[in-house]
Formats: sequence, C-alpha cells, structure tokens
Amino acid sequence: MKLKLMGLVATVAFGALSAGAQSLNGAGATFPNPIYSKWFAEYAASHPGVQINYQSVGSGAGIRQASQGIVDFGASDGPMTDQQMSEAKVKLFHIPTVLGAVVPTYNIPGVNAELKFSGDIIADIYLGKITNWNDARIKAINPGVNLPDHQILPVYRSDGSGTTYIFTDYLSKVSSDFQQKVGKSTSVRWPVGIGQKGNEGVAGMVRNSPYSFGYVELIYAVQNHMSFGVVKNAAGKFVKASTDSVTAAAAGAAAHMPDDFRVSITNAPGAEAYPISSFTWLLIPLQSADPKKGEVLKDFLKWMLANGEQQAPALTYAPLPKNVALKVAGAINYLK
Amino acid sequence: MADTRIKDAEPPALLKLQVNEPHAVAGHAVEGKAPAAIREFLNKRGSGAAGDGAFGALVLACALSILGIVVLILFVLIQQSKLSLHAFGLKFFITSAWDPVMGDFGALPFIYGTLVTSFLALCIAVPLALCVAIFIMEICPKPLRGPVAFLTELLAAIPSVVYGLWAVFVLVPIMRDHLGPFLVKFFGWTGLFSGTNFGEGLLTASIILSIMILPVISSITREVMGAVPVSQKEGVLALGATRWEMIRIAVLRNARVGIVGGVILGLGRALGETMAVTMVIGNHPDIAKSLFAPGYTLASVIANEFTEATGDLYLSALIEIGLALFLVTVVVNTIARLLVWFVTRNSAREAR
Repeated sequence: MKLKLMGLVATVAFGALSAGAQSLNGAGATFPNPIYSKWFAEYAASHPGVQINYQSVGSGAGIRQASQGIVDFGASDGPMTDQQMSEAKVKLFHIPTVLGAVVPTYNIPGVNAELKFSGDIIADIYLGKITNWNDARIKAINPGVNLPDHQILPVYRSDGSGTTYIFTDYLSKVSSDFQQKVGKSTSVRWPVGIGQKGNEGVAGMVRNSPYSFGYVELIYAVQNHMSFGVVKNAAGKFVKASTDSVTAAAAGAAAHMPDDFRVSITNAPGAEAYPISSFTWLLIPLQSADPKKGEVLKDFLKWMLANGEQQAPALTYAPLPKNVALKVAGAINYLK
Repeated sequence: MADTRIKDAEPPALLKLQVNEPHAVAGHAVEGKAPAAIREFLNKRGSGAAGDGAFGALVLACALSILGIVVLILFVLIQQSKLSLHAFGLKFFITSAWDPVMGDFGALPFIYGTLVTSFLALCIAVPLALCVAIFIMEICPKPLRGPVAFLTELLAAIPSVVYGLWAVFVLVPIMRDHLGPFLVKFFGWTGLFSGTNFGEGLLTASIILSIMILPVISSITREVMGAVPVSQKEGVLALGATRWEMIRIAVLRNARVGIVGGVILGLGRALGETMAVTMVIGNHPDIAKSLFAPGYTLASVIANEFTEATGDLYLSALIEIGLALFLVTVVVNTIARLLVWFVTRNSAREAR
C-alpha cells in the first residue's frame, strides 16, 4: 500500500512541478496504455517542443486526478458516473479513442471444441446457479460436445479493473438477477469463485486449473494465443471476438450515441456485433486551465483521428467506426 | 537481531545507564585532579563534551523520528478514512459486507483471513525454524554449518513475487492433487478440510507464508542460541545430561526470550505480506471454516482495489482497511510482548 501511495504522491508532485507550456501530463487507464504511449511518442516526434506524459495508474485514479485538475487530462475504461461528473472540480468531456473487449476462457480436459456461451449462462455461472459443466443449458447450445460431469471453478479479477467493469456491465444488462445481486463496477462482490490479480493471473489460473472458467481482455488472449469461447449477441448470433466484430458493436451502438459519448456498447445491436465490447475514453477538460495546453490537446485529438486510429489494429485494438469518428471530430471543436 | 542478543547477554537497565553516564563521569574526573593521559590525548584531538552532547542530540532526534513517523501514519490513516469511519463507525470492524457497488463495507473477512493465515503460518514455521536452528548450531558437522546457514538465510532474500509465482506453479498443483486429498483422507474428520479443494485458499497461503518467515525466525534463533555461554552447556553435560537434555535445559531454556522475539518478527512479516498471499489465497471475502476455502487478507484487498477505487467512500473504506491492519499489527504485537513479559517475570521469580 505504501508503494502505491508513494506512486500517487510522486504523480501528484510530478504533475504540479512540470508546468512547462508545451509539456502535458495525463493519467489513467492501463488497458489503452500501449497505444497511448505509441501515439504520444509519435505525436511528439512530429510536433517538436510538445511532450505528452502518460501514467497508467488505473481508471479510478485517472478520473480522480483529472477531476481535481492534478493532471491535464485523464483516461478511463468506464464512463464517469453522473455523481462523479457533478462533483468534479474540472468539468471533463469524454472522447472515445479505441475499443476493447472481454472474452470468456475455460479449461476443460478432453474438450477441444470452441464452446458457445450466452450472457445468461455466464451470469448464472458467476451467480453459482450453474455449477456443473454438464448443465442442461450449456449442453443445449453446444450440441455434439461431450461436456464432463464436473464442478465449474469460476475465476474472476480480484484487482479493480476496466475489464471487470465491461464484463459486469454486460452481465447486468442480460441478467436482471445479476444486476440485483452483483451489479456493475471495477470490482464487485462475486458470490462464488476465486479471485486472481490481473489478466495474467486469471489466465494462469484457468490454464493450470482443470474445469475452470474465467474472463480476460481480448488483446491479452490474442497476444498469448489463448483459445476463447464465442458469445451470443443481442441479435441471437454467436460471434467470436475480433477487432472487426468489436468495431461492428460500436457502429451498431452509434445510432443511439449521446452527445457526451458516455455510452455503454455492451450487448449492442447488429448481427456482427460482439456483445462484450466497450469504448475507452480520454477525459479532456471542457475548458483547460492553460489555453495553450487546451490547443495542444485539441490538435492531438485531431491528429489521433487522422493518423492514430489507423495504427490501432496492428496493436490489436479495435479502431473507432467511421460514423463515431465523424461525430468525435465535430465534438472536438467545442473544447477550449 | 543485535537487539535481542544484547538483551540476553546483559540486563538492559544496566546498558541504559552506561549510555547516559560516561559524560557526567568524565566531567567529574576533569574537575578533581589532573586528567589521565588518555583523557589528555582525547582532548587534544578535539573530541569532548560538545561532541558528546551533539551526538546525544542526534541520536535522540533519530529515535524520536521513529515515533513521529508512527504517529503521522496513524494520523493520516484516521484523517483519510474519516468518511468511512462516520458512515460505518465501529461496525466496520465486525461486519462482513464488502460490496463496492452498493457502497457497503466491512473489514471482518479480511481481519479473519489475515489472522488465520498468519497464525497458521506460525504453527508451521516455528517448529521447523527451531529444528533448523538447533541442527545448525548443535548437530550439524562444523564444515557444513556455514553453507546450511547461508542457504536458510538465502530464503529471506527471495522477493515475495517470486514466492508467489513458485506457489502458483508448484505449490497450488501439489496442494490440489496430492496434499489436499491426503489431508481430507486423514484429517477430514476435523471439518477443517471440507468443501472443494481448488488448490488455492487459506491453507496454501499459510504454507507459502510459513516458508517466507522461516528464515527470519531461524536466523534469530540461531544468533540467540549462539549467545548461550559454552560453560553452561558444558556444565549440564558434566552433570550427566544427554545431548538432547543439554539442548533442552541449557540452550533452549536460556534462549527462550530471544526465540519469542524472533517469532514476533516473523509474525510481523506474515501479517503484512501482500504479493505472494494475493497470488494464492483466492481473494474471496468470506469467513469459511474450511482451510481449503478461498479467503482474503487486509493487505491483499488494498493492493488489489486501491488503484481502481472509484468514489470517495470506497477509497475511504480501503484506507480504513489500512487502519485495521495497523491496529491488528499493534494489538497482536502487544499481546506477544505481554506474553514475553509474563514468561520472563515468572522465570526470574523461579531463579530467586
């Protein structure tokens, strides 16, 4: 704890000290950190004299520091709540940047087929209602798969994370029981199961424990060549997660996109949409304390839409769909 | 380490007197008659009363700074957890709710997990550490003594995340496939080994903790045992005692207080250990009787949830968990110290 506190203090001190005109500090989500680092480095290279520092301290800390004006901008995997918005000292605007997804993963000895899941089945596994791999409901959507008569070990993320937020947001939408008993948050009270720290912890536990079931970020699963299940979407189709199906989910949700971009796109409509998807956002002050910094942020966002988005698929992030990118381009003009 | 040895070798009260007195004694000597040659030599080198005073003040400041830091930690913990203290009051420490979504928080499952894993770790580590220390000091052939002692101390140098990784990849499968079924078969009747054994849980965490605190306890025990005068050991042997009786009567009895000191240090490490425990305890805030069940410790929940804690009450509750850990450590250490005090007081009376 001491280390974390010290880290926080260091971030605070750092943010306060370096108030150079062209040096910006941001803090927040860890999930988009690889692509943000790449973007900020490339932007700095093509814009001499500008430097953007980003610290991946977590979405919660990102929201806190940005709302208090400790950093020039924040980043979060989950949208801020209405209460957080109204309590914030610095009014923040959500700019979606890229998309992520969460995939179900499992380890059943003797089963090599790609298993199909639906939202209510996943919710009931974590509620402790479905306890056996042999359950009639799992068998019904996986015909031909010889599921063993063995207890399921549900594995969840014990550390607070955007991954858990997206996952529980989806489960709360598809299961009213899950919404009442658990709800959505970066960490929740899981009725059953075992908690593991980080994607690597969950993945390691699932790999090592026979008959286990867990959830990890799509990027982590792809980069580590893990096999994962397909999930039934709102249109009733079974979809495998990929950068394309995740972007499709965002495109499907774009029709109902509110002006402040604070939207959940889990269980999105559209035949191709992968249901456990989400935006990740940059939290930009509506009015930057230093107008020069505000100009740099606006310019960076324009650069991101024009150049940055193309690099996303190479890093297995899903880029914004065209209709959303257009809407973001329009919104940037209102920032000061 | 040095502290316990000194305590055993000489009465601490005398030691304190010696530290405070020399200054005054030297002053008297100067006033009386011509200073001794050695005093003259020291005076020539420029060290004197001023140096003594400055050194005393410096040492005092350093000692007080420890007190200051502890008070500051307590102050910050209480101040930062004010919101949660107001919302839940003392109920926080005795309720078992931990629901970030509903904003309902209680520390009991975490306190339970911390205490159970720490005490279980002590139960495993203390006998083992004592045996290791006795072996190295009394039974091990001389040429092997150095290498064996070095190896046990090496255990203390391994970072806790490495212990955690080792536990995940080696201990958990052993626990799941071999040790767990064995315990169920022979000790299942106790009810401590019921439920499904996933390989992770309170018992696995306790075992990894016991390995981590073993070197601390054994190396201190070794130091203390080494301070037992050879004449005493020889005396006991000369009276016709066997080797085991000699170890029991002369060595362990004399080293008792120092050994308890080592155990307290080990306990301190066990209470606060975070990383390795987090990786194998299962991180599920439940109070379960079964040692196979997943649990949660105070340190683990802070490490897990602090960075992503959204909302002021949530953050404040996490800091209050830190306060609970602080209090648990203080209470447990106080009880342990009182235990030592009782034991030594009784033995002093016996000696008289």
